[in-house]
Amino acid sequence: MKTYINGIGCISTQKTFDTVFLEEVVHNHDENVLKIVAPVYKDYISPAASRRMAKGVKNGIVASAIAMKDAQIELVDAIITGTGLGCIEDSEKFLTNILDNNEQFLTPTSFIQSTHNTVGAQIALLQQCKGYNFTYVNGAVSFESALLDAKMQIEESEAESVLIGGVDENGDYTTALFKLSGRIKPDNQQPYNLLDSSTSGAVYGEGASFFVLENKRKDNTYAEVLDIAIVNTLKENEIEDEVKSFLKANQLEVSDIDALVLGFDGNIDFEVYYKNLAEKAFAQTPVLYYKHLSGEYDTASAFALWMAAKVLKTQEIPEIIKVNSVTKPTYKTILLYNQLNGKNHSFTLISK
Amino acid sequence: MNKGVAITGMGIISAIGNSVEENYISLIENKVAITRVENLTTIHADINKVGEIKKTNDDLISELELTVDNNFSRTAMIGTFAAKQAVKNAGITSINEFRTGLISATSVGGMDMTEKHYYDYFKHPELVKYITCHDGGDVADKIAEELGLKGFVTTISTACSSAANSIMLGARLIKTGKLDRVIVGGTDALAKFTINGFKTLMILSDEYNKPFDNNRKGLNLGEAAAYLVLESEEVVKKQNKKVLARVSGYGNANDAFHQTASSENGDGAYLAMKKAFEVAGIKPSQIDYINVHGTATPNNDLSEGRAIKRIYENEAVPDFSSTKPFTGHTLAAAAAIEAVYSVLAIQNNVVYPNLNFETPMEEFDLTPQTSIKNKNIEHVLSNSFGFGGNCSTLIFSKSE
Repeated sequence: MKTYINGIGCISTQKTFDTVFLEEVVHNHDENVLKIVAPVYKDYISPAASRRMAKGVKNGIVASAIAMKDAQIELVDAIITGTGLGCIEDSEKFLTNILDNNEQFLTPTSFIQSTHNTVGAQIALLQQCKGYNFTYVNGAVSFESALLDAKMQIEESEAESVLIGGVDENGDYTTALFKLSGRIKPDNQQPYNLLDSSTSGAVYGEGASFFVLENKRKDNTYAEVLDIAIVNTLKENEIEDEVKSFLKANQLEVSDIDALVLGFDGNIDFEVYYKNLAEKAFAQTPVLYYKHLSGEYDTASAFALWMAAKVLKTQEIPEIIKVNSVTKPTYKTILLYNQLNGKNHSFTLISK
Repeated sequence: MNKGVAITGMGIISAIGNSVEENYISLIENKVAITRVENLTTIHADINKVGEIKKTNDDLISELELTVDNNFSRTAMIGTFAAKQAVKNAGITSINEFRTGLISATSVGGMDMTEKHYYDYFKHPELVKYITCHDGGDVADKIAEELGLKGFVTTISTACSSAANSIMLGARLIKTGKLDRVIVGGTDALAKFTINGFKTLMILSDEYNKPFDNNRKGLNLGEAAAYLVLESEEVVKKQNKKVLARVSGYGNANDAFHQTASSENGDGAYLAMKKAFEVAGIKPSQIDYINVHGTATPNNDLSEGRAIKRIYENEAVPDFSSTKPFTGHTLAAAAAIEAVYSVLAIQNNVVYPNLNFETPMEEFDLTPQTSIKNKNIEHVLSNSFGFGGNCSTLIFSKSE
């Protein structure tokens, strides 16, 4: 069985809902932490329920509803999510209450929502989906783990339709800690650029990108998911060989790739992983980037898949996501590559 | 019956032992390890007993030979401890020789360090290294690094069913030929965060937990880590590996009822068990022992019991017991330690006692096995259920 992306929904730090593609995006050079452009939640969730929900849960529910509507289906056989830190605001809230009140006067709501599988569980509850329900939490490959699992479900005929998503939210204290640890670029270093950055750390973001995968090609199909590979550890000089052998396993060569989507996040320490590919093996290929729009976060690569699916459907690459000026007459096959700090590498291959 | 996926190695650390052998001896000699918490400070220490590993972080650092500048969370330390044992037990000397993966599971990852240093990070630069270890994936990354494993690594977090799901994913990756070998399991260290979380939900008992008892008052928390090595038939044949037992069935379903409570009829649990029987290709009556989730919360045991009754309809329910009176509820590691116990039950033909049981529940006629029982065991069913309605069942079978 083949796996097709038949519906997509994206809530991000850009206006990526109620749009054709990226016509309303803004490249923000002033902020090192980008905030979500919120949808009208009450169109999807009752205000009473919404008040109690974590940001990640709300965005997950809206993004999944958009993806389901886009795929024109009401039920799926399985729900699989990926998240780096889950509903981190609730983790912060519960922990702060423990520490500030010496473990007294606590209420369970934020503890419950801090559980990593809350988003997947809440969507299952809303849809009354009693099927397979997994949540992956492995940093930069959290979303790709969900994608790989879903593809395996469809290949093995365990499911005909699977809803998958990558979701993460910013929490104020965690953001401050990430600035301290160097994961986020320091304050007051504007302009924050990605491709010509000379500093460590990334411009951070948050978002929820969901996809309906099915075993049938339909009129509204965006792409076929050809393959996903996850590799924990690779040295800089191993990337090119790894990419080539991944393509070879799918009977493809570098010249078959119509666009390469790279996870450039402006962190000078690990940029070389992307730069080598962009400047050497894929110098004649259109190279795209996205984290200047979405910000970096564990499941930002789900935003990249949303973007790649849109490129295949619209057959258009907006200027704002181009790394080089190479173009192709048509866009059929796209390769996505992402990593974080030289770990958790993922390669995703989709085709029209 | 379908031939399951071969288990060729196991490693474990829990309150009842630092090795597979120690855990087994505790199980058959009724060596309970529910005590006052010693390795972390909490105002609830006097009231809520726990299943704690009696090694300090310093003990673990020295046993694992970690460098002084390491930033391991306790979760990562005990995870590495158990994973190394499993790899050694499977006789693996060259970890990347075959396509080898690692699938870990954890509920709160490095929360033990986060809660300890939360407000100190800005004052003490030497603590900043611990910020990155909060991440659930950091645990698996560290275990992979300690094992020298470079390939496929991921982590599952579905609360208390997490490790069952990592075993399930591992078995599927072997079956579909995507991996030749995979280390699967889970790890969770005790944390103030979880102790207080379960306390606010009012499901912690101030007594020794008594699963499936009419007067059960809730669970005791625990900490543990366990990993199993699964290998393909090709690798088993090529290396003439001893197969300890097989993962023959698995199923995951969602109760879709409530974020933290199970439905009264145990829909999710019922569906998970049903799927597992389909995958294994065996009938419920072929199960010789059920290692129940049996957390001893009023809600879990009622829901799980009802689901088991539905599976067995008019048939007799097999011998069953919860091993949580020994270890406490070890959250994301629970299904992994209970997988090790299930394999040991098959290897030694033994049913463990469900300790602390006195009075059958009034809702149904289900009485757990309360003393150790020796009998031939071909198939063991193990349940694990988590928040978010996450229900998982694994079936382990004797290798031919």
